[in-house]
Amino acid sequence: MNAMNPEGYVTADGRKIGGVLMEMKNITLRFGGVKAITDISFDIREGEIRAIIGPNGAGKSSMLNVISGFYVPQEGEVWFHGKKRAPMKPYQVAQQGIARTFQNIALFEGMSVLDNIMTGRLTLMKSGLMDQAMWWGRAQREETEHREKVEKIIDFLEIQHIRKTPVGRLPYGLKKRVELARALAAEPKLLLLDEPMAGMNVEEKEDMCRFILDVNDEFGTTITLIEHDMGVVMDLSDRVVVMDYGKKIGDGPPDEVRSNPDVINAYLGVSHD
Amino acid sequence: MFYREAGDFKTSYVDDSQTFPIRFDRMRYYAVLVLGFGILPFVMNDYWANAVFVPFLIYAIAAIGLNILTGYCGQVSLGTGGFMAVGAYACYKLMTAFPWMPMPVNVLLAGLVTAGVGVLFGLPSLRIKGFYLAVATLAAQFFLVWLFNKVPWFYNYSASGQITAPERTLLGVAVTGASTPAWAKYLFCAVFLFALAWLARNLTRGTVGRKWMAIRDMDIAAEIIGVNPLTTKLSAFAVSSFYIGIAGALFFAVYLGAAEVGEAFGIQKSFLILFMVIIGGLGSIFGSFAGAAFLVLLPVLLKNLLVGGLGWPTDLAAHIELMIVGALIIVFLILEPHGLAQLWRVAKEKLRLWPFPH
Ligand SMILES: Nc1ncnc2c1ncn2[C@@H]1O[C@H](COP(=O)(O)OP(=O)(O)OP(=O)(O)O)[C@@H](O)[C@H]1O
Ligand SMILES: [Mg+2]
Repeated sequence: MNAMNPEGYVTADGRKIGGVLMEMKNITLRFGGVKAITDISFDIREGEIRAIIGPNGAGKSSMLNVISGFYVPQEGEVWFHGKKRAPMKPYQVAQQGIARTFQNIALFEGMSVLDNIMTGRLTLMKSGLMDQAMWWGRAQREETEHREKVEKIIDFLEIQHIRKTPVGRLPYGLKKRVELARALAAEPKLLLLDEPMAGMNVEEKEDMCRFILDVNDEFGTTITLIEHDMGVVMDLSDRVVVMDYGKKIGDGPPDEVRSNPDVINAYLGVSHD
Repeated sequence: MFYREAGDFKTSYVDDSQTFPIRFDRMRYYAVLVLGFGILPFVMNDYWANAVFVPFLIYAIAAIGLNILTGYCGQVSLGTGGFMAVGAYACYKLMTAFPWMPMPVNVLLAGLVTAGVGVLFGLPSLRIKGFYLAVATLAAQFFLVWLFNKVPWFYNYSASGQITAPERTLLGVAVTGASTPAWAKYLFCAVFLFALAWLARNLTRGTVGRKWMAIRDMDIAAEIIGVNPLTTKLSAFAVSSFYIGIAGALFFAVYLGAAEVGEAFGIQKSFLILFMVIIGGLGSIFGSFAGAAFLVLLPVLLKNLLVGGLGWPTDLAAHIELMIVGALIIVFLILEPHGLAQLWRVAKEKLRLWPFPH
């Protein structure tokens, strides 16, 4: 594998990875005196599954928050589609085709599963207040079109049976799945997943792995995910960034990262002793 | 006939998202329409119109308005009375400045003016939330009442400081002024309520409603899926104030005929409408109707029962009313935040399975 080729590369299982979709350049993020991220650079390529790993408090979630516009780094640049991104609000980032899930589930508890997933399509729905108020015509047509798309995602993630259930009543594992569905509904170019499998049992984890691979395979979605389960990371990802205390200590294909002595010291050594 | 959805299969997404998916509900909805527009106008008299129906219709409009802001978008407001006053005074100024203008146009324009004022007072909601926002809207309430009292231009320099609705006719029938027939008051307000409830239902079932509810349930997550908090909150303030302004215009022009701002649109009004929304059910159009009906009917019932039936003094009955409402608010806030509408849903849920609950 030639991960440094600017045109992209072909993975061991034959998937074509394209050029650079997003590039983080020398990102530094501070909270008061605490340095959450120190001078980190890495890129995410089109069609890739990119993992970010590291011990607790390493700054992984902070990095996703920088990408999705929640945190504005004190130093560094974010490049997307080959252009430097001006500082923007999270909703503007979403409108650029970046969707995400949260480490602590962030669903709309008062709404049904269907409505939650429909909210994922808000950036794609164009009818205005007046169209909505009159309903018949444009708004209804749009609603039906998007409902069809959402039903496909519901089938894809196998959650047909809970379509009309209020999200507040769902068990944890299903909530995680609904949150993924909502992110997918936006048909994102780049999907950010913050610990999509945390707190799941083995079976749920297997399902989730399958969904992530299928999303990448069928829709060509670029995925960046944070995960603690090393087995999962090794199985899923094409390339891995390793963080520790806000610094990047490794970057490359899973096998390469696994044999990196710094990584073994900082991370693998700690959790597998 | 059983209350069932079995055998009533939905074969399209349009069918599945209609307002009354169960046939029995649809029938009852049509029955209410026939009663409201085909029968009640012909049997309406002054007592029923003034004591029950006209206030109910107007409060229902205001309650839908507040429910959009608070129940759907999660922004608490204690300024409802003040915004009703904006609608009332806008309507008065329009009626007196343009005597030729048809009354429905006056009312709609009054709603639009209020929408503008609502957006203005909604701006702080971008920075402050919850309790602090409630306090800010409370300040709006007092400021608006003070303004309409203090600036004589608003009441056309009348000696009493009151505003009085001149007579306006629609299709040859008076709809404002002393000689308005009871049925005309009723029908005028009923048409507004019907149209506004239909619009509110449409707004809350689709994109706009989902944006509002997303902001209500979790504003951070709403932003991450691409909801602009600024425009979304302000749209809720605008639509909500539009409804409340119309309610204020009708309350003044059709129901009261003459009004003094502190008395008609004071802080008590704000609380009354808020209680209607809480008792009826936050985030439910039907709940707005239920809450308005409940709080309009309760005093009438108590008065007839305690004063008329048992011969108790009027002030005692009024105190008992306050106690009952207070207790109910506490009960609903603690036990059933989704109000009467939720009780109704639960009852329907049971009925759907009856007589075999498993
Ligand atoms: N909003 C914030 N304010 C202050 N400090 C913060 C904030 N967010 C994160 N931090 C700090 O930044 C550091 C990195 O946190 P972050 O959540 O990014 O870690 P993480 O790698 O995601 O850890 P975990 O595996 O536990 O999720 C921590 O020391 C944390 O306390
Ligand atoms: Mg984290």
